[in-house]
Amino acid sequence: MTTTAQQDAPRVRTRRRRSSDRGVNRAFRITATGAGALILAVLAAVAIFLVIEAWPSISAGSETLAESISWFPEDANLLTFVGPLVFGTLLGSALAMLIAVPLAIGIALFISHYAPRRMAQALGYVIDLLAAIPSVVYGLWGAIVVTPVVQPVWEWLSSTLGWIPLFAGPAANPARVMLTVAVVLAVMILPIITAVSREVFLQTPRLHEEAALALGATRWEMIRTAVLPFARSGIISASMLGLGRALGETMAVLMILSPGAMYSFAVLQAGQQQTIAANIAAQYPEASGLGVSTLIATGLALFVITMAVNMAARAIVARRKDFSGAN
Amino acid sequence: MTATTASPQPAAPRSDRSDEVRKALRTVDTGRRRKDRAMQVVVYVAFALAVIPLISVAWTVLSNGIERFDWYFLTHSMRGVFGGMDAGGIYHAIVGTFEITLGATIISVPIGILTAIYLVEYGRGSLARSVTFFVDVMTGIPSIVAGLFAYALFAVFFGPGISMGIMGSIALSVLMIPVVVRSTEEMLKLVPNELREASYALGVPKWLTIVKVVLRTATAGIVTGVMLAVARVIGETAPLLITVGVIDSINFNLFDGRMMTLPVYVYRQYSQGYVPCNDASAVCIPEINFDRAWAAALTLILIVMVLNILARLVSRYFSPKIR
Amino acid sequence: MAQRIDVKDLNIFYSDFLAVEDVSMAIEPKSVTAFIGPSGCGKSTFLRTLNRMHEVIPGARVEGTVAMEGVDLYGDDVDPVAVRRQVGMVFQRPNPFPTMSIEENVLAGVRLVNKKISKSDAADLVEESLRHANLWEEVKDRLAKPGSGLSGGQQQRLCIARAIAVRPQVLLMDEPCSALDPISTLAIEDLITELKQDYTICIVTHNMQQAARVSDRTGFFNIAGTGKPGKLIEMDDTGVMFSSPSEQATEDYISGRFG
Repeated sequence: MTTTAQQDAPRVRTRRRRSSDRGVNRAFRITATGAGALILAVLAAVAIFLVIEAWPSISAGSETLAESISWFPEDANLLTFVGPLVFGTLLGSALAMLIAVPLAIGIALFISHYAPRRMAQALGYVIDLLAAIPSVVYGLWGAIVVTPVVQPVWEWLSSTLGWIPLFAGPAANPARVMLTVAVVLAVMILPIITAVSREVFLQTPRLHEEAALALGATRWEMIRTAVLPFARSGIISASMLGLGRALGETMAVLMILSPGAMYSFAVLQAGQQQTIAANIAAQYPEASGLGVSTLIATGLALFVITMAVNMAARAIVARRKDFSGAN
Repeated sequence: MTATTASPQPAAPRSDRSDEVRKALRTVDTGRRRKDRAMQVVVYVAFALAVIPLISVAWTVLSNGIERFDWYFLTHSMRGVFGGMDAGGIYHAIVGTFEITLGATIISVPIGILTAIYLVEYGRGSLARSVTFFVDVMTGIPSIVAGLFAYALFAVFFGPGISMGIMGSIALSVLMIPVVVRSTEEMLKLVPNELREASYALGVPKWLTIVKVVLRTATAGIVTGVMLAVARVIGETAPLLITVGVIDSINFNLFDGRMMTLPVYVYRQYSQGYVPCNDASAVCIPEINFDRAWAAALTLILIVMVLNILARLVSRYFSPKIR
Repeated sequence: MAQRIDVKDLNIFYSDFLAVEDVSMAIEPKSVTAFIGPSGCGKSTFLRTLNRMHEVIPGARVEGTVAMEGVDLYGDDVDPVAVRRQVGMVFQRPNPFPTMSIEENVLAGVRLVNKKISKSDAADLVEESLRHANLWEEVKDRLAKPGSGLSGGQQQRLCIARAIAVRPQVLLMDEPCSALDPISTLAIEDLITELKQDYTICIVTHNMQQAARVSDRTGFFNIAGTGKPGKLIEMDDTGVMFSSPSEQATEDYISGRFG
């Protein structure tokens, strides 16, 4: 190693004496910078090409749309068409988050602070592997395995808690309903939320944990005073990562849900809601011309929603910065 | 100390306090202890609850898929397979998945690594800040939107209704680039500055330092990151459904016509549902489509798992010990 | 008159590794006891057994008794949580909770037991504790600011305020000044001298001048070699320890002749 360095050194020096930013050096810097700029270009391209292809639909009147697209509802315009889809997307993701986030925090705490250390490491690996299972597999599993299993549970829910609009009956059989979708979505995003939260929990400085314990805190009180506040922004970004996945998830919804196009909270009934992503995948093979353009317009809406979620998360994390764990 | 015990006055309150302390030490705050135990139970239950579906996924895929998962299944396409025939396989889908993912990797890896190099080694000012920001935004692009983008891009230039493998590669690379950038960035940041300075001190120019010192030190980590990124996109279904479509026979050409891919195959078989078996004379399996879907799902999971495990092995055995 | 803390035949383990062997000592109430010795001799480990913080590390355990007012802290009827309320601790590096304000930091321990402490009581307690820690004048205008914004020395005094806000009997300090500059160190040392009016204080220090300045009694720990357990070599009044120790090892260490 040292010998080659000594041989190389004089040759290299003569070459770079003239200037530090010439020739290969300069080319390399420009290439790297170009790659960075390319990222911006790609993202701009995504937005631009989506708008170009969606434009015919956006500019067309509602009559034209209804006439030329077989599945476009009568007397609707693009906004009233997208509305229920946005609603369905948000509803499904919100329910999935309600189920997944508390569970994920529980699992992450189990791995980081409750399980014996060796077991915790193995569990960490397993969770990482589960995060990699393709969504189509979860869809297949949800449609074939979960649907019959949860049906009686949904039946029971609708008969006992049916007075809550959310659980209004009759529960559909087979249970190709939004709540089933939410459960499967929750299972899908559990590993990713767990993996990120666990990382953050493990990063809690020992100093702070010990400070809490030395004040006479029980294990749970220690977690509440030292671990959770420290991990707060990490939990938020983990959840947002999960939310992003849930919002854009196509296959599980497509394979499980019996779709509708209503602003309906009845998550136990079939034919009530549909999500943007699943709608695109469902209609796309049959669509042409203006139909494709309309679907791309809904895709644009989904793009905007996920961007908004992303930025909201960033804002939340940034606002707590002066109280954050990094000091 | 013995001197003070002689005078009763300071001693009396102290012994009172002693009793207090004795009592305090022996008291257990039942409310708090109960809450602590309750939370422990909650955490254990959360874990148990989550483990059930995860085991169920793994088990059903394995038990349902193993039946048709054999050499014949892996080496035959669906050409000429119809109805409830006891035939058909995923060869064409494996070919498609392999080529499309390879295409996506070839596009994403140079862009991703160069961007990471830019961010870590050169990035200053507003361009670097916006690249960092938009890489994050890109991470959040829903996969179906990536598919729509690839379609829109090609539709603008080649007219509507176009479908070919490279479109799928482009869609996947939109999803893959941010992952590669992030993981490479992490790895480059781990390379200690002393190594760079040592190299500069020897008179090595910056670009050579980056290529020979920084990248070489981080190679194992970057390879791991790329493999994990591949594992992530190889299971993507929705963008491929839109861009590459479905086909029953083998297509090796990434630049011409539809291709089949494993995840789309799973969906396609599932959506075809049960086969009505009327003709008693022919061999007909009503649930053949589901069987194929499970077997293909098993193949897909195995590929993803192997990639994951390989990635971990690479990072364990090939990373230089720099910390 | 009972001793505040009586340690008897204490062996301290990490899993199977015997870290500190056979310590017996008496710690006097309302005085400062210093533990000195070379790195790795087990003095910090020993300190952490006095409030059962040692067992926080997986696999760590002890044999023997640590009795406070005659109650064995390791007895079956004693909850470690209760022990730590009686025996507070200040750590080597200042560790205020970064997500809490100065005020919340002081009240952190109190809030665990008494959730519904009234606003005025809380304010009184914050002022009293911060005054006791000689920090009140410096922070009284910014109680709602994050504790992590203070200087190192102020943070350490904030941690002392936090520890005494729960009104413990004993205060353990694990090299409280090792991360601080000389001026902050002086402030903490003055504070220790004031605090011993009310508290029994045990302090681990690397700095022998510090031990000589602040402590009433000093214990010297030593270790025969790596892998061997640490031992309490000698313990006596600080004046005696620093002028005429009875053990050769102590004298070598104190006079700086230690290998």
